[in-house]
Amino acid sequence: MNAAIADTPLEEGRRAHLEEQFDEPEQQHSAASLGMWIFLATEMLFFGVLFTSYTVLRVLYPAGFAEASRHTDLLLGAGETAALLTSSITIVIALRAIKLDQRGVATSFLLLTAALGTGFLVIHGFEYHSEWEEHLVPGIRFLQFGPHAHAVELFYCLSYLLTGWHSIHLIIAVSVVLVLAARVWRGAFGPDHFTTLELAALYWHLVDIIWMFIFPLLYLIGRAPG
Amino acid sequence: MSAIDAGIVPQPKPESLAPSFYSGKQTLRGWLFTRDHKRIAILYTLSVTLFFFLGGAAAAMIRYDLIVPSGELPTEVYNKAFTFHGVVMVWFFLLPSIPVTLGNFLLPIMIGAKDLAFPRINLFSWYLFVGGGAFVVAALWAGGVDTGWTFYTPYSTMFSNTNVYLAIIGVFVTGFSTIFTGLNFIVTTHTMRTPGMTWMRLPLFVWGLYAVSLVMVLATPVLAMTLALVGLERVVGVGVFDPSLGGDPLLFQHLFWFYSHPAVYMMILPAMGLASEIISCFANRRVFGYKFMVYSMLAIAVIGFMVWGHHMFVSGMSVYAVMVFSLLSFLVAVPSAIKIFNWTATLRKGDIRFTAPMLYALGFVGLFLLGGLTGLFLAAPALDEFLHDTYFVIAHFHYVMVGGSVMAYLGGIHFWWPKVTGRMYSERLAKFAAILMFVGFNVTFFPQYLLGYRGMPRRYHSYLPQFQELNVISTGGAVLLAISYTLPVLYLLWSLKYGKKAPHNPWDARGLEWQTSSPPPKENFLHPPVPREAYAYDKPAP
Repeated sequence: MNAAIADTPLEEGRRAHLEEQFDEPEQQHSAASLGMWIFLATEMLFFGVLFTSYTVLRVLYPAGFAEASRHTDLLLGAGETAALLTSSITIVIALRAIKLDQRGVATSFLLLTAALGTGFLVIHGFEYHSEWEEHLVPGIRFLQFGPHAHAVELFYCLSYLLTGWHSIHLIIAVSVVLVLAARVWRGAFGPDHFTTLELAALYWHLVDIIWMFIFPLLYLIGRAPG
Repeated sequence: MSAIDAGIVPQPKPESLAPSFYSGKQTLRGWLFTRDHKRIAILYTLSVTLFFFLGGAAAAMIRYDLIVPSGELPTEVYNKAFTFHGVVMVWFFLLPSIPVTLGNFLLPIMIGAKDLAFPRINLFSWYLFVGGGAFVVAALWAGGVDTGWTFYTPYSTMFSNTNVYLAIIGVFVTGFSTIFTGLNFIVTTHTMRTPGMTWMRLPLFVWGLYAVSLVMVLATPVLAMTLALVGLERVVGVGVFDPSLGGDPLLFQHLFWFYSHPAVYMMILPAMGLASEIISCFANRRVFGYKFMVYSMLAIAVIGFMVWGHHMFVSGMSVYAVMVFSLLSFLVAVPSAIKIFNWTATLRKGDIRFTAPMLYALGFVGLFLLGGLTGLFLAAPALDEFLHDTYFVIAHFHYVMVGGSVMAYLGGIHFWWPKVTGRMYSERLAKFAAILMFVGFNVTFFPQYLLGYRGMPRRYHSYLPQFQELNVISTGGAVLLAISYTLPVLYLLWSLKYGKKAPHNPWDARGLEWQTSSPPPKENFLHPPVPREAYAYDKPAP
């Protein structure tokens, strides 16, 4: 029975990539994906500290947070969101392509994903720049007046912590995807061997999803009139 | 003394003696770049032991200072000593000790696997651990830290002029080691069990490691991020906890204890697993209420996440929050009580052998019981108001962590020493050390309950003259304790060269690890082991 399965080239390829501590390719694959999911859970908790701090301070200073929120650039924020959302689609297309053994398609969609991620970072760089000009960088270059100046600074503390920590994640994700694009091009992956790519895609989605929470918290909910 | 008296069951040699995992590459490279979980466990054991004695030296300074009411040491030195003691003992000894040493060595063998799921990550975790430790030692080298192991804001962010960065970086880096170890253990338990090793056949030590890994993975990131915020506040003035900006210093305490209370359960859960293994073996009985043992460990892991507020009863929380946290803290005592009940029920009508590991395990049960019960005092808000920040708290958590965890850890070290090293230690010396440790521990820490009850606050280098008698007794006990911790190092090292060769199953125990040779071969088993029910002490060993 086992011998019959091992005869197919697909199964042979999968066995060739089996590490010594595992008995079966399925076991290796499920271990790798479970490990990634647990890692993503720890990532959520890293961000959880910042989201909790945001919630606590927002409850303490609702007016200050609303005022600060109006300093953010909604247009640029929306552009970043669009870029990141799209990139989650392109990475899935790349993953599907490698499962269908279409190396060229996979490589180009990985490059597109990395480009969208880089686009996000560039737009965000512009935002950081204008905040620097407007003296909105907490601790380093902050100058605001009015009754809520301290609360605005706290908002920007959290804004920088959230977006900064998120950008570090995105930089890592972009680098990983670029390395994988090169490896896919050289033929390191195929229908029998794509776990690494799958894990990278999971990580990419996490970075995307976290932004789905950061964007409304910083750019949207304070903006409502009233 | 015959072999049976010493607790060693004579038996035939296992049919094939494979070359042990020591016989691989003996070079430094072969050890420092190994991916074998057994070798990594030994690397960890060496480093954890080193940190234990470093932290112990700081404890000795504390006890030396407290001999006279005016304090033998200058205030700053004393403050740095208790901070170093706390930081090293919590993050570099108690938290990692059992999982990364015995857990690393035994988890794959107990479930019949060849290795952990991610051997490279396992090695990487050790480097992170050592790297983090280097930062903490560097903090000491540069002059020490005086914030206490809790790094409370705003003292740690605005006032302390000591090396807070270095200590924080050290704890941060080690946090990743903990996270990766937990991740590795969870994935290993889920995916690497040999066919036939069902969840309800897992040894309770594996369950303990599984529960502790869940806590490690879910709690440690919170600490890492919180400490990063403290660091950023010191460097660039990002002021989430800064009251002058309107930030909330109490938020730090919430986040810190959201991690640090579960951290206490990280220290005790694997110890509970170890005690179950040892007691069941030397009572020669099945663990009483196996399923209850499993579920109570998981319950402790889950409820442990919801009790952090009991550290903050006097920090300024709403009355309702205090009530809820108090109730939940009482609730977490229930699964712990179930475990103690089940251990005693396992002993009942058992054919008990008082070997050294058994003495350690019984010591664990007794001391953990006392530590747990005094925890209930502290969970009651009215009493806590009175006992908070006194030596009563110190005594309480030392009974749980040192009396509980360390006794169980040493019990485990003795129990599996023949398996890990292939040598038997001197049973007589080991029993002596176990009893000395139990006595020394109680002489050191029981007076601290009385001191706290009479109102001696913690963390001061001087005290009122009426507390001197009990403090001197406590310091005397600490000397006994120091001897009892040094003894095992000596006779265990001695056994490496002069000890009798260990058979593959010297205790007539039932776990899978006793079916392979001592020490095990690199791939753990030459033939795939056949798992049966856990703790089948009513059936003969295979």
